[in-house]
Parts: sequence; structure tokens; C-alpha cells
Amino acid sequence: MIAAEAPIVTRGLTKRYEALTAVDQLDLEVQAGEIFGLLGQNGAGKTTTILMLLGLTEPTAGTARVVGLDPARRPLEVKRRVGYLPDAVGFYGNMTGRQNLRYTARLNGLERRDADARIAEALDQVGLADRADSTAETYSRGMLQRLGIADALIKQPSVLILDEPTTAIDPLGVVEILDLLRGLVRDRGMAILLSSHLLSQVQSVCDRVGIFAAGRLIGQGTVEDLATRFGEDTAHVEVGLELDGPAETERAAAVFASLDGVVGVGRPEGPAAGWRLDVRPASAERQVRQAVLAACVANGLTLSTLRASAPSLDEIYRRAVHQARPAAVSAA
Amino acid sequence: MSAAASPRPERAPAHERSQLARPAQEASALGRPGWTVIAGKEFADHLLSARFIVLLVVLALAAVVPLYFASARIRELAEQASGAQAVFLALFTLGSQQVPLLRVDAFVGIVAPLLGIAFAFDAVNGERSEGTLPRLLSQPIHRDDVINGKFAAGLAIISLVLTAIVAIIAGFGLLRLGIVPAGGEVLRIVAWLGLTIVYVALWLAFGLLLSVLLRRAATSALIGFGIWILITIFGGLIVGLVAGLLAPIPSGGGATDILASAQLQQLITRLLPSTLYQEASLVLLDPSITQVSTPSTIGQAIAAQEQIASLLSLDQSLLLVWPHVVALVALTVACFAAAYVAFMRQEVRA
Repeated sequence: MIAAEAPIVTRGLTKRYEALTAVDQLDLEVQAGEIFGLLGQNGAGKTTTILMLLGLTEPTAGTARVVGLDPARRPLEVKRRVGYLPDAVGFYGNMTGRQNLRYTARLNGLERRDADARIAEALDQVGLADRADSTAETYSRGMLQRLGIADALIKQPSVLILDEPTTAIDPLGVVEILDLLRGLVRDRGMAILLSSHLLSQVQSVCDRVGIFAAGRLIGQGTVEDLATRFGEDTAHVEVGLELDGPAETERAAAVFASLDGVVGVGRPEGPAAGWRLDVRPASAERQVRQAVLAACVANGLTLSTLRASAPSLDEIYRRAVHQARPAAVSAA
Repeated sequence: MSAAASPRPERAPAHERSQLARPAQEASALGRPGWTVIAGKEFADHLLSARFIVLLVVLALAAVVPLYFASARIRELAEQASGAQAVFLALFTLGSQQVPLLRVDAFVGIVAPLLGIAFAFDAVNGERSEGTLPRLLSQPIHRDDVINGKFAAGLAIISLVLTAIVAIIAGFGLLRLGIVPAGGEVLRIVAWLGLTIVYVALWLAFGLLLSVLLRRAATSALIGFGIWILITIFGGLIVGLVAGLLAPIPSGGGATDILASAQLQQLITRLLPSTLYQEASLVLLDPSITQVSTPSTIGQAIAAQEQIASLLSLDQSLLLVWPHVVALVALTVACFAAAYVAFMRQEVRA
């Protein structure tokens, strides 16, 4: 490996179809050993970006370097070293999962014995070993998705590009898949680029994320970075109280509202839900938690939970898109 | 892994090469080119597919039924003239006296396009709808490997089917009728087989084109079979209609008017690949035919009558149909080229 350079680098990458600009001036860098999440709604340009990284479509302008190579000029080299899981991946229904993977192995020029060992390992990793010999047409959408990940692993890539890897997988499966990806990054130092529109699902697994809207990357960094950047300097504290009667509720609301730094009090939206306090500036969040504790003790309120709520990627995304809109208009 | 990739020579960096250089010119690192892997998989798929078995049965029936009539007439023929030439070829060209279509060559001519379309109509759009195309293209192969491999596999399978049919017919002749083919006859049959494969390849390429252009396999099957029926069943009708429009025979028109119309009709008919195939097939299988078409002038007709009945050698017959063969090959190449270009220009995702 000559990897002095990051495995995925794009500079001003642009793709235009007649009237539509699918990807606009994209600057992206994904390092070895990290998971980068490309987040955005359907049609935001995620898949087009991925296709350009694989040399499956040519950029209108700008450059991409994947494993140090230009995918538009050396697509074969790139495709040999990059595993790719397409959106809504499909397999030949008349062949078994194992046979499908064998075909991929042959296309990658692997020897039969070598291939069989890798296939068995990949199937095991995605938890499909026991269903490997049924035909792919009997697989559920989620199983196809797992088989797709196994398929991408056959060539033992140094870079993995996954387009919507968690769609159609049940919640338990999502956790397994994300654990698998974490393991790959940890054990093999892979670079993983994944795209998703299910923000909250991938939030936990991505080291860094890029927020993509209408072909533009409107923010990238860790989830915390983005929260500070787009969060309007507001933090949130979740408080759970054991209250009896509406009078107590009113009293608690008054107590919370009187605390320094609390700019908004969200009452519980159901019997099991907690209170949600908006804190500004965000740096005052720790003091507010201590103040809540003290106030509850002083006012005889029974506390059941007290914690800082993690910034939700969904919210960041909404804000980011909202903030980027005027900029996009003035740029045009 | 890196050891396998390293021995290949590194190419000049991108900025040193011409901007016009084709991007996809790297050598494949596979032991063998990517299209052979795809062709191998497609061929195996075809062999195990229901459509292969159905088509084999249909074609075998189509060959055996005329054979039954042919064998009866060959017996008569053989009794009359023990010195008859090219008896073995009569297996292919003789049929029922009542139904002229019940001949092996005519039957194969009609059914063969079906074979071509059936093995190609879903080649590319099938991959698209199954969602396997992006995955396939993300493997280290060139994009044209996909379409080349599929065409090669189709060609191999139709060659296999047609060779098997011819072998069945020949075997029947050898075993049941006890006719042994002369060397020249074997060559003629091989030439005819080659011609038939080219003809089916044309339809294969056409099916491939449909599968690239149309998103749904059902639509491309429907259009493919529709055009097949149009040409084989209504072809003559349409040609007559067009000729009638372009060169109508006036009421009370003389022989020249009729002749002009007939010549035009022949010209238009020759534009149809099915006519090209039928004419060429007839000449190749019957050494006594010395012209590809019916004489169009009185002079030609007299000349043909005065000609001493003789048998053509194979090279003379081939010379006679060479334009037909070239035209069929050219049509096939044009169809495949259109499919190829369309496929290369398409976006990966639908």
C-alpha cells in the first residue's frame, strides 16, 4: 500500500446532467480506518457520487482519487480494490448465495480454492452461513443486503463503499451490520464510505458524517462538530420526574423555568416521557444539570432520570438544510 | 493480493496521457478476459434454463415431422433412379407434397429467429430489473465484457442447438434410411449450418438490442416476437402491398408493367433477412439450383431452360450466395454494434 494519501479524495467533483446538477463541487476526504457517512435524502446526489468514485460514470468536472488512482481513467484497478454494495442490490435468483459469490470471485480472477475460503469467511461474517446454499430468490430483502456486503468483501478490499446498507434490514440486523462494519475498520484498517437517508441509524457508527443536500456537501465533521455548527448553540437536558397530580406538574415547570441558562421547558408528551429543557449557551449544560439536581432536592421533587440528550442527527440535518438554502440561492 | 496486482506494468500518470485516450484501456488482471467468465456463466444458465429445453424440443419436432415426409419420398426417389444425385441432401429439402412448408430447411428458416430472440431478449434488462447490473459492473471488468460475453454465450448455445438438430437429422438418414452422405454433401450441410448460425446470430443481436433499449423484458419479448411474426407470416403480404403502391400494374398493362412490378417486389423482398436466408439456404442445399431467384427476363428464362442440367460444385454455390451471406453478416454486425453503442452510453442506474 502506498497510502500516504487518503483512500478517497475528491476535489471539486461535479456531475451535471442536461439541466440538473446532481453533484456540485464536492470536496471529500475519507481516511483509512474511519467510517464516513454520506447523509442526505433520496436524490441528493449520494449514489451519483458513489458511481463516480467507482468509475461507473464520468464526472463533468473535478477529480476523484480512490486508493490513489483516478477512477475515470483506471476503473479496473479501482474496482479491483474497492468493494461496493449498490443500492437495492440484487442477485441471480436461480443461483444459491454461494454460487452468486463464486461468480463474483471468478470475475475477480480468484482461484477456486482461494475463493471458497474467502466466501465461507464472508458468509460467516454476515451471518448467512446456514442459508448459503438456498437459491437467492428465497432470500428476504435483508438477507440480500447481507449477501451484498459479503459480495463486496470477497475481493478483500481496502475501501468499502456501501450505498444504503441498512435499508430493509430489521433493527436487530442493523445493529449486527453496523458492528460488523466497525469490526472491519478496527481489524483491517479499512476505509468505509456509507450513504444513508436513515440518519439516526448510522449516527452511532460513523466517525464523521457529511451532510448532502441537492448535490452540495453543506457540512462535514463529527456529529458533535455539526451539532455546534448547526445547533444554534442550544443543548438539551432530559429530566424524568415522579409526580402526582397536575399541581405538582405546574410547580415543577415553574422551578425549571426559574433556573439560569434554561431558555425553554418542554413538558412530557406522555406518561412515560421525560421533560426536555433547552439550554443556551450550550456550554452551560453541565451547570444546568447540577442546578436541576439541587432544585429538585430543595423543592421535594422526586427525580428518576437526569441526562444530557445527544444531539439528534435528524435535527442537525434539518437545520443544516435550512441554513444552506439561502446560501445556495445567492450562489446561483 | 498485492502480489497478484503488482507485476503488471504501471501506466503513465493520467496527466501525461492524452485527454482523448479511452479511459478503459487497462489490461484485465484476470487470468482470462472478463467476457469469458460472463459467457461461461450465461452459457451454463442457458443450458439449465427451461427455455433451452422447450426450444430444443420444439426444434427437434420441427425437424422430425418433415423428416417423416422426406423419408417416404426419398424411398420413391431412390427406387426410380438409383443414380440420383445428392440423395442425402434431400433429407433437408424434401417434404410433404401437400404442405410445402413441411421441409426441414423451410421449418428451420421460420423457427430459427425464435431461437435468437429467446436467448437475448432479457439479456441486459433482466440484469437491470434483478438489480445485478451495478454489482456486475463494479467488478474489475470492462463494461463491454458484459455485452460481449452475453452475445458469445448466445452464439454458443444456438450453435449447439442447431448442430444437434442437424446431427439428429443426419443420424436419422444414416440409420433408418441407410443413405451415406458423399463428402461434398457433408460440406454443403456444414456450409448450410454455418449460414443458419449467422442468420440466428442476426436475431440474437436484434434481441440484444431490444434488451438494451427497452427497460422491461416483457416489452422486448413482445416486440421481438411481434417483428418475427410480421416478417415470417405477413412479410410476403406487406412486400406485395408496397410493390403495388410503388409500381402499380395498370389495367390492361403489358408484360413490361408486370415485369417491372415483379422486379420491384423481388428487390423489396431481398431487403428482408428472411428472404436472404431462404434463397441462400436453397442454393446451398440443392446443387442443381444454378440461380438464386426466378429469372426476371424472358432471355434469362430461355437461357435457364437451355442450360444443360448440371450440378454445381460447392464453391460455385457459395459464389452464388456470397452476397447473401455478406448481407446477413453485415446486418448482424450492424445490430450488434447498435446494441453495443447503446449499452456503453447508458447510465448504470435506470
